[in-house]
Amino acid sequence: MKIVMAHGSGGNATRELIRNLFQKYLSNAYLDKMEDSASLPKSEFSLALTTDTFVVTPLEFPGGDIGKLAVCGTVNDLWMVGAEPQYLTAGFILEEGLDLELLERIVKSLSLAAQEAGIYIVAGDTKVVQGNGGMYINTTGLGFKKFQQLTDGQTVQKNDAIIVSGNLGDHHACIMSQRMEIKNSIQSDCANLGPAVRALLEQGIRVRIMRDITRGGLGTVLNEIAEAKQVTMEIEEESIPVHSEVQSFCDILGLDPLYMANEGKFMCIVAKEDEEKALEILKNTKLGANARIIGHIIDTGRYLVTLKTRLGGRRIIDVLYSEGLPRIC
Amino acid sequence: MNLETIIKKIGDYQGSKLKIMEVCGTHTVTIFKNGIRSFLPSTIELISGPGCPVCVTPPSYIDKAIEWSLKPNCILLTFGDMMKVPGIQKSLSEAKAEGARVEIMYSPQEVLKKARQNPGITYIIASVGFETTIPIYSLLLEQLLENNISNVKFLTALRRIIPALDYICATESEIVAFLAPGHASTILGSNAYQELAAKYHKPFAVAGFEAEHILIAIYDLLRQIETGKYEVHNLYPSVVQPEGNIAALKIINKYFIPDSANWRGIGDIPESGFYLRDEYLKYDAGSRELPAEDKQLNSKCRCGEVIIGKINPEQCPMFGKICTPIKPKGPCMVSTEGTCGIWYRFSQREKK
Repeated sequence: MKIVMAHGSGGNATRELIRNLFQKYLSNAYLDKMEDSASLPKSEFSLALTTDTFVVTPLEFPGGDIGKLAVCGTVNDLWMVGAEPQYLTAGFILEEGLDLELLERIVKSLSLAAQEAGIYIVAGDTKVVQGNGGMYINTTGLGFKKFQQLTDGQTVQKNDAIIVSGNLGDHHACIMSQRMEIKNSIQSDCANLGPAVRALLEQGIRVRIMRDITRGGLGTVLNEIAEAKQVTMEIEEESIPVHSEVQSFCDILGLDPLYMANEGKFMCIVAKEDEEKALEILKNTKLGANARIIGHIIDTGRYLVTLKTRLGGRRIIDVLYSEGLPRIC
Repeated sequence: MNLETIIKKIGDYQGSKLKIMEVCGTHTVTIFKNGIRSFLPSTIELISGPGCPVCVTPPSYIDKAIEWSLKPNCILLTFGDMMKVPGIQKSLSEAKAEGARVEIMYSPQEVLKKARQNPGITYIIASVGFETTIPIYSLLLEQLLENNISNVKFLTALRRIIPALDYICATESEIVAFLAPGHASTILGSNAYQELAAKYHKPFAVAGFEAEHILIAIYDLLRQIETGKYEVHNLYPSVVQPEGNIAALKIINKYFIPDSANWRGIGDIPESGFYLRDEYLKYDAGSRELPAEDKQLNSKCRCGEVIIGKINPEQCPMFGKICTPIKPKGPCMVSTEGTCGIWYRFSQREKK
């Protein structure tokens, strides 16, 4: 069975699709009311709101799928400002010809990811467009800033430590391998960062800033922060965690893990005095086994990111200028 | 001697100012990624040569590729890094956004399966590269002939490195020594540089692609300069043979023939290109009809002089104004690790 234009008509086919597929997996007290808008209770916390649209191909890949990604991506953005995810909306754009079984697997996966992240899906929408059996998902997430007193008012200072939560480049290398039909065992790192962030904040680590390392990679994230805060960072090549299989993949194709997308990694800058404790906390979480302190803020008042290479050389880490593409030379 | 000693000896160099060219684009990347420049004293300058095939591909070639990709029932296959290279009007990436049919390939051999599955489509392979890549196209053509596949064409911008180095040496070049390419040398052999070394009295060191290889090669070149030698040293003997890869050279010559070619920002260099031989012209996508020079670009672009170390990028009137990493014009800016690309980023940084 495939998605046809009638599924988006608003008529009987739409109702059946919603009842037999979306409701089956996405039932909760808010959604089941089937009203035009979700009515949510008053909150004692400040709110954080974010939105993201997911367009990945292939729709399913080792380590995840577009459904899981659509939840994790938005949930992670909330955690990055110290907000606990509460509510999520999901808009689905389905292309004509999309396999219904595939859609069901994706919705099921999205539902599971939402449960694991402790977020309620409170509103949704489905549209059908002409196309070739693809699909896109937009999610908007609302979070409660329960850790506001910890995250607000922190400033990046000299000697602060820069920590990454694990191996870089897995998602990017996985998706490229799939698209290029290269066989390997690289898995996407698509994951909810909640438990790791919660552990850091609940144990009182002075986290100056957090960022999930998605498009543009670590190199771009570091530059954005260094420019915004006008600080000089120095990171060490040998401390940057990259899985050996991903490193080989990058070497062959001429890619740099520093500029590759991740979907389950974040970096944080923490107070120097807290660096060892923060690392230990991260290492004790499910996703943080490969967490590392990769460098420090070595100066303030000037924007620069440098890398100390394996042999002791130095180079400037710049933002990503264009799409990272496999190269011939 | 261990690596630390070599690094120290390079750093302690006290002689006169030197410009050393690393010919190969992949060497440029290794030098950049490992911060090799930070080990060098201010008297030693590394100049990125013309050995990045994508960067030296002329704008008129990109336009021709775009033209094919817009024809009905045609698909252009290209290596990924060609996507952002500017043509006269636009890049392949911009053309794709406007509906051109462009697909990124990982290996040219992918076309065999595609061409069989879709006999109604003509596949145009954007065939760029030096001696390293040309045997792959040769092999592909052989497979196409054996399997009677006729819906594949090559749009070639194939380049020969020796005539390009000869051109650089023959101009008023300030380059005193060459870090010879590792990959191209596996095909050509280290002996291929003997004639140039003898003719122009310049030392060559063939190097591999690890940071250690590059540092050892730089040290070797310094030693040669200090002792007045101009020899070819093969420092990558595990891979490079003196006589090269004879089978690969044979298959190149079977299908391709040398002739002059247009290099982006430099212009026409005699005998520096490879073209399909006349008997295989039905597999060619018009590569010979491309202009010998892109006048519009070449009149302003001074990459030719940047590459030979005669001027620094800021002396080019286009640098940083109409030629930037976002909208590159010349080959030294097209490559993010090219001389102009690096120069631009450093100078922007100083201004901030």
